[in-house]
This record gives sequence, C-alpha cells and structure tokens, in this order.
Amino acid sequence: MRKYLFQTAALVLAILFVTPLVANSQESILEKIKERGRLICGVNKELPGFGYLSQDGTWKGFDVDYGRAIAAAVLGDPKKVEFRPLKAADRFPALQTGEIDVLIRNTTWTLTRDTDLGADFAPPTFYDGQGFMLRKDLGITSLKELAGATIGVTAGSTTELNLADTTRALGIEVEPVVFEETETLYQSYDQGRCDVVTSDKSQLLSRRQSLKNPDDHIILDVTISKEPLGPVTVHGDNKWNDVVSWVVYATFFAEEHGITQTNVNTFDTENPEIKRFLGASGDIGAKLGLPKDWARQAIAAVGNYGEIFDRNLTPLGLPRGVNKPWTQGGLLYAIPFR
Amino acid sequence: MENNSPTAASGKIPFWRDVRVLRILFQVIFLLGVILLLTLLYTNMLKGLRGLGLTLNLNFLQDEAGFGISEGIAYNPSDTYFKAFWVGVLNTLKVSIIGIVCATLMGLFFGIARLSSNWLIRTIAAAYVECFRNVPLLLQILFWYTAVVGQLPKVRESISVFGGAFINNRGIYLPSPEPASGLNTWLWFLGAGLLLAVILYIVRWRQLQQLDRPGFRAKWALPAFLIVAFCGWFLTPGRPFTLDLPALQGFNYQGGMRFTPEFSALLVALSIYTSAFIAEIVRSGIQSVVKGQREAARAVGLKEGQTLRLVILPQAIPIIVPPLTSQYLNLAKNSSLAVAIGFPDLVSVGNTMMTQTGQAIPVFAMIMVSYLIISLTTSAAMNWYNSWITRIGR
Amino acid sequence: MEDQELTQEIKPPTNTKGAARWLKDNLFDTWYNAILTCLALVCLFFALKGFLTWAFTEAEWDVIPANFRLFMVGSYPQEQIWRVWNAIYILSALMGLSAGLWGGLVFRFAVALSGVWFISALLPVELSTRGWCLGAIAMIAVSFFLGRGRTGLRPWILGGWILSFPVIMVVLRGFGENGVLTSNWGGLLLTLILAVVGIVVSFPLGVFLALCRQSDLPAIRWVSTTYIETVRGVPLITILFMGNVLIPIFMPGLDINQVLRMMFGITFFSAAYMAENVRGGLQGIPRGQHEAAQAVGLNYVQTTLFIVLPQALRSVIPAIVGQFIALFKDTSLVAIIGLIDLLGVARSIINNPDWLGLQAEVYLFAAVIYFIFCYAMSYASQDVETGLGIGHI
Repeated sequence: MRKYLFQTAALVLAILFVTPLVANSQESILEKIKERGRLICGVNKELPGFGYLSQDGTWKGFDVDYGRAIAAAVLGDPKKVEFRPLKAADRFPALQTGEIDVLIRNTTWTLTRDTDLGADFAPPTFYDGQGFMLRKDLGITSLKELAGATIGVTAGSTTELNLADTTRALGIEVEPVVFEETETLYQSYDQGRCDVVTSDKSQLLSRRQSLKNPDDHIILDVTISKEPLGPVTVHGDNKWNDVVSWVVYATFFAEEHGITQTNVNTFDTENPEIKRFLGASGDIGAKLGLPKDWARQAIAAVGNYGEIFDRNLTPLGLPRGVNKPWTQGGLLYAIPFR
Repeated sequence: MENNSPTAASGKIPFWRDVRVLRILFQVIFLLGVILLLTLLYTNMLKGLRGLGLTLNLNFLQDEAGFGISEGIAYNPSDTYFKAFWVGVLNTLKVSIIGIVCATLMGLFFGIARLSSNWLIRTIAAAYVECFRNVPLLLQILFWYTAVVGQLPKVRESISVFGGAFINNRGIYLPSPEPASGLNTWLWFLGAGLLLAVILYIVRWRQLQQLDRPGFRAKWALPAFLIVAFCGWFLTPGRPFTLDLPALQGFNYQGGMRFTPEFSALLVALSIYTSAFIAEIVRSGIQSVVKGQREAARAVGLKEGQTLRLVILPQAIPIIVPPLTSQYLNLAKNSSLAVAIGFPDLVSVGNTMMTQTGQAIPVFAMIMVSYLIISLTTSAAMNWYNSWITRIGR
Repeated sequence: MEDQELTQEIKPPTNTKGAARWLKDNLFDTWYNAILTCLALVCLFFALKGFLTWAFTEAEWDVIPANFRLFMVGSYPQEQIWRVWNAIYILSALMGLSAGLWGGLVFRFAVALSGVWFISALLPVELSTRGWCLGAIAMIAVSFFLGRGRTGLRPWILGGWILSFPVIMVVLRGFGENGVLTSNWGGLLLTLILAVVGIVVSFPLGVFLALCRQSDLPAIRWVSTTYIETVRGVPLITILFMGNVLIPIFMPGLDINQVLRMMFGITFFSAAYMAENVRGGLQGIPRGQHEAAQAVGLNYVQTTLFIVLPQALRSVIPAIVGQFIALFKDTSLVAIIGLIDLLGVARSIINNPDWLGLQAEVYLFAAVIYFIFCYAMSYASQDVETGLGIGHI
C-alpha cells in the first residue's frame, strides 16, 4: 500500500515540479531588456560586412552596428548587447521563442514571413536583390544558359524559393544543392561541388573576397528578386517594434541632416525637428518609452546611416545604389520626428 | 511503517486502508496529475501561438512547397508540402535499407573475423570495432562528407573507372542497366527457371525427409535456376538490358546511376558505424554457444558448414536478433543526422518546411509519427523473423 | 570474456620455441590462415603507408596548437579561465584522494590524468597554463598521499564527489552578469558538462521510469511505457530540435537558455534508454527476493532501495555504461542545433578562412579526444565487470 503512495506521490511531485506557471508575460520586450540590462540580438556570424566575428573576438558589421545602435538608444550604452549567431534556418524559431529580442541578420521582408512566421518587420535598412555568382571561364552571361547546372543555396532562405520560381519561369531545370551554413556553401562552391551560387548580391560580393581566387568569379548582371533586408521583432509587440523602427529612422534622419558620430553631441541648430530629435526640446523619447537623448546616444554609438555603410560595406566594394537618402534619389526616407 | 499489521485482519477495513480503494484512488490522482500537466502545456502553447499570430492546422500541407529537393523521387517545387515530406520519408527509407544491408554484411564479416584463429585478423577486426564505435557518428559523417567525398576531384577532372564509372565531388556515377527489346523473352526464361527450381526444391525436401537426415534443400534448385537464367540470357534474341553509361554533358554527367556525395557519405558512415556494433553482437552471439556444442557436432560427423548451420546458428540467432533489431532501429534513427550535411531526409525536409511555414508543432508530430511507424514495422518484421528462424531450427 | 588463445599468448613462451613458434601457431597454422595473414599484411602495409605519409608530410598539424584553446573551452573568456582551473583542481583533489583510498582502477586513472597534464605542460603553451598544469599534478600527488590508507575517509569522499557536481557548475557559471554566460561555454568543456549533467540526471530518472514501468498500477505502467517507447522510437536530433523550439512555446515565461534546453533534451532522451536497461536487470530479480524482503518486514521503498536495485543494477552495469558512452557521443548532436561543443568548434575551425582545407586534421583530432573518453569509460566498465565477476557472456 505504501508502495502505491510512494509511487503516486513521487510522480505527482515530479509533475508539479515540471509544471510551469501559466505564462503571464504581457510585458513588452522593451521592459524585459531594461530589467536585464542587456539587449540580445540575433546576427549572422559568417557574413563579412553585415555580421561576423572578427579575429580579435569582437562582432563587426552593418547589422551588428544596428544592434549596437538599438542598445545605445534603449540602455544608453552600445556595449550592453549580446550577439547570438544564428543560421538562416534557425532565425525565426529563435525570434518566436523569445531567445532573441531582435533579429538583424540580413533578413528579407516578405508577406508570408510577416503573416505566418510570427514576425514584425522594421523598415528595411538595406535594399538588395538576388544574383548569381559563377566561374568566369564558363563564359556564361545569361540565366538561360544555366540549364543543367548545380546551384548552391542556403537552407531556409528566400533565395531558395526565388531560385525555384525563376527556373520554373524560364523553363529550365537546375539541380539545387541546399546548405545549412553559409560558410559551407561558399567552401563547396570553391571546391567545385556546385557550378553556381545564388544569394543576395551583397552577400555574393562579400563572400567573393574570401574565395581562393576572387578574380576568377563573376556575378551575373541579373537580379531576380527584390530583397529588402531589415531588423525583425516578434509579432504582437508593437511597442518594441516601434522602438526598433524609430532607431532605424533615426539613422536615416541623421544622414539627411548631416548629423554624424563626431558632431552629434555638439550639433548646433535652430531647426525644431532636429532639436526634438536630439532631445534638446520636447520629449519624443518618452512616447517610445526611451530616455530623452535616445537618438543622440544611437548616433553617438555608430553614426548615421552613411557612416555605418561606409564603415562596413564600402570596403567590400559595395556601391550605395538605391541605399541613399531620398534627397539624393535613393529609397531611404525618414518619417517625420514629430 | 508496519503497513501489514495483523489488527486489520478481522473486522471492517476503513476505506483509507483498503488496498482496492487505494489502488484506484492513487491511479485517479496520478492520471489527473498527468492530464493537468498536459492541459497546462496545451493552453500555454495555444496562448503562445496566438501571441505570435499563428494557428495550428495541417492545411499548409496542401500549399505549394516552393523549395527544391536535390534528390529522391520525381518532385518539383510546385508540388505540395505533403509531397515534399513524402520525398523525405522515401529518402530516409532508401538510406536506411541500403545501410542496413551493408552494415549487416560488414558486421557479420568483422564479427566472424574477431573470432578468427589468426591473431592478425583478430586484432585488425578488434581495432576496427573499437575505433569506429568510440567516435560519434556525427563526426564520422562530417569526416566522410568534408574530408573524403568533398576532396574528390572536380567534374572535369573526374576519376574514371574503366571508362564506365566516374567519381567526382558531385557524386559517383555508375552505368545502369536499361531494359531493352529482349527483356520480355528473358523474363519468360526466368519464370520457367523459377518453376523448375520450386519443383526441384520440393523434390529434394521430400527426399531429405525420407532419408531423415539434414541437408541443403536448395542444393538442386539453386544451380538449376542459375543455369536456366544464364542460358536464357544468351538464347534471347537481342539483349535484355543495355548499359546506360554516364557521360559528361554540359555542367554535369548525365545518364547512368548516381549516388550524390551527401548520400554516399551518409551511407558509408552509417554502415561503418553500425557494423562495428553488429560485429560485437555477432561475436558475443556466436561465443555464447558453448564450445562443447561444436565439438559434439563434429563428433557425430557433421561437417564444418553443417555445424555452423545446424548447431551454432540456431542457438546463436535467437540471441543475436533482439540486439540486432535495435541496431537496425538505431541506424534508421541515426540517418536523421543527414540534416548536418544536407541530405534531404525526412528531418531535413521537415526542418525546411518548419522554417518556411512556421508550423513547428504539426511538422514535429509528422516526423515523430513517421519514425514511430518505421520503428514499429521494423520491430514487427524482426520479431517475426526471429520466431520463424527459431521454429525452423527446432 | 576472452578466448583461450589470448591467455596462451600472454604466457611467457618458455616451453615453446620463441617468436617463430608463436608466429606459426597464431598466424600460419593452416594454409588458409597463411594466405589470410599475407593478404592482411599487404592491406595493412598500404593503409599504414598511405596514412603515415599523409600524417607526416602533407598534413598541416599547426591548426591544432593554434586553436587548442578553442578546442578545450570554446569562447570561454580568457580573464575568467581561472574558473575552469578551479573546477579542475577540485576534481584533481578528489581524484587524488580517491586514488589513495581505493587504489586499483582509480589509481590508474589518476596516473593517466597526471600524465595528460604533464604532456600539456611540455607543449608550447603560455607560461601561466604550464603553471596551472603542474599545479594540477601537484594537487593529485598531494591529495593522493593525504588520502592513502585512511579508509575512514571513504564515505566523505563519496559525498565530496556528489557535492562536487553542483559546486563545479557554480564555479564555472559564476553569478549574474559578472559570471560566464552559458552561451560562452564551449569546446570540450561544454561536451563534458553536457555529458556529466546527462549522466547524473538521466540515471536516477531512468531507474525511476523503470520502476514505474514495473509497477502493478496499470495507469502508472501505461504512462511510463508510453513515454519510454515514444522517446525510443524517435531520433535524438528530433528531440533536440523540439527541445529548442517547443520548450519556449510550451513553457513561456520561463527563461530557459539554449544550453539548458539541450541538457533537458539529452537527459529525457537518455532516461528512456536507461529505463530499458534497468528494466532488464529488474526482470532478472527472482520473485523470491521481494517476498523474502517483505517477510523480514521491509516496506516497498526499503525493498527497492536495499534489495532489488543493488542486484538489478549490478547485473546491468555493462549496459548502463554502454548507455553512458552513447550519451557522451550523442552530446555532439548539439553542434547541429548551434552550440559550439567540441564538434562545433571543429566545424567552425574548418570553416575559418585561415584554415581552409584542413578538415581531415581537425576532425581526426576531435575524433581522438572523443575516442579517449569513450575508451576510458568502456575500460573502466570492463574492469568493474571483472571485479564483480559479472558479464561473462
């Protein structure tokens, strides 16, 4: 009899032990970050220019800088951010499960992702397009000639889907080879496992540098898709999405008005919008749940959009293209700070 | 502490000391606990999913998958998610079945080699077993994939084997038989040969029964069948098969049979790893048959082969089969490590589906159910085989 | 366990005619054995020649010392590395004391461990590392002499081993933001942590599940059987993926980090297998043992703890150690999920542009490390087996 008591008691105890409290987390991620004192940002670890771990163990890149800008805006310190390297296929689960606060990992904004994957997008920080890289000596100049080729793509990316769409539209058959890691994809391409790699053009350009003989490879002059890349937050947390979005706009705004990392603390102006922006008058920060000087902190940490771009992407030989302020004919357009 | 004190022997037992009542009570409490836990998890999950704006259903299976799969049955990106998953299931089955055959053969070989009277053979077999079973399978798969298969020459520098087979870093290309005009005639020959073989088998069986002595029942049937098949091959007008040779066309070799690098690496690693375990099972199975049995069999005049077939194996196989079954199941489950090298098995296709649709829970359920079906079928088949072989042995 | 041939081989060949006779007896006794020997020799020659030429001329072993730190501790911060050494010292002290108290197998392991530290100290490493290594040897030696012969200490040391587990975890993690985040645990360190946590937790859990499966209350039996069979029917990688994705969905609000989720996955997976092994032992206990225990007035808990389990576990030690080894190897799967364990480090190194094309070297090195641990475990198991006189299969 005691044996039953023992068994049952043990099991019930075990169950009670693992039974979690019903979640009552209506709290915004913004509050959680403030409590934690640290932002957790999902990034790429193997894409020089956008996100990578450099030799000296520090994180560098365009996306990484946006992570720092957000940390500076929220916590007043660009160092209070932890970067989590994520594979393409793991990024949405990581976001859904709350493992990361914000995903800044050259992620394309699409309708399905916005609706079905539990994600909310902030404004694109980089307008990209999908291209193809292959060996020069193949002498290929158009997509039609790729019939029968082995084409490498990364798993869980939009490029995988675009490739299928494009080849179907062209009526050619290709053999897709799917790689989990970006690194393996390019390594295999270098070894001749595939004839062609397809990805965002910025990525092709960035990765071409690390091939054995970068000059042996060309990027075809075709773009098969629009790839607006930007930060992503979890669906349903509007307050937090607002913060991320306005940090992005802040970098656009700063470039439009010539506010830079060096002059942001001494910027002298009578323009009321810039004054509001820098926290010199009014308190737009409070509306976002941020300190008064949030934008100033963000710009002081990483600079304006142009500076972020020049620091990370210009060295790769990436032209600014459409990634220019609207005043110069580009697509970057800051919403009024009012 | 003394729960069985004699005082309760007479008189009415209070219900809180009545074992019958308590048994039921405890089980009810326990089940309530389990149900409580499951409902809690379930409501948590629904709440979480609602927060993310996701719904839980299987409708997505009818949507267009949109991603390519590099190997398996005919499939293109405009097929449904369900079809994509099915391709994954078939790929898992393919690598598991071929892997089981290879692993069994290799395991048998090394298991017997470990019992060899030759010191060198015994030691090499022991080293093989120890080396391969003490290193994680995932590491072995990655090793074969990146350090061996990946280092093969490029397409245009392929290793050619007798001009018919080609090996390069995109796979192993072998000539494949293609049915030709003579196939129908030859099939008739095969049918006739099979009929003859069955008759001879029965005749021989009867004869052995009458003589009441053990013997090889297919002694006549097997050669007869082979002779008919062989003669038929040459008598058929036109060849039954032609060889489809792989040839370099455009980017890749076309034609013939092809094993992709992912498949080859996975197969090699799975077979070697599992064979090390099977070798141990075979060795301990054979060793479990007492040495006296062998000597006794020799004493009554059985030959070496007969001793093995009639005395050793019938006793060893019932011992070997249960652990062998679990090795087969392990191999099937381990094939899921394919995800590390991008072989599109059911886990890796399932993963892609999850990242494309966000439907993690239904996809996990599908993966689990698929594996449970595979496991249960394999266990059932092996149990059936075991009872069959034990019956035959008696 | 072993054949008679082996015992003969160990005997000094006094009554035979030396090496030639041994060769004849073991390699050339019949004509087909002679052929086999020759064939095997030829194969062996070419395999070894190929391997050795590669290993000594082509292979670039520089990659190993250059990344040695990564292999061992991953991205564990340099300035906190003393935590790892502290953990090692705690273990060394326990190891030395145990070697002194028990001798035998533990002593051999302690000597082997000192050997490893000695070799590490000889390698071209930083001066401080060398100091730490020599310190570890000293620790083992001192505690060995301290523990020698003081049999009274045995229960204390056993308690120490049990206590060392949570202590070491705390030492490695530190507290709050100033400690070392689990996301910085890596390399062999992470592999060992995952394996030890898995073993320590899954063993009691497995025993518990096995007892439940043997219960005569149908509800408990069914629930436990369902759990065991479901888990055993599914590959570990699926469980890990599920742990990674579903735990946060099922238990929102609980902040369970990735390392912890992997520990959950590995432990719950391994417990099901452990339960089956233990059940094998439980089934071998004759009914009379239960009855006899009841007759002398032991209740269920006492019968299970003092009569049934000791016998049942003893008879399945080989199977349980086999499961421990499997668990150790299985920890490598976390590399697929994205943790940087020993295999994860190996993968990241071969993907590093500075070390391209060195897959074979890096993977071989990782394989050797895994092999040493697995082989040590199976060696220990065999030693215990012969000591207890079981497993004469």
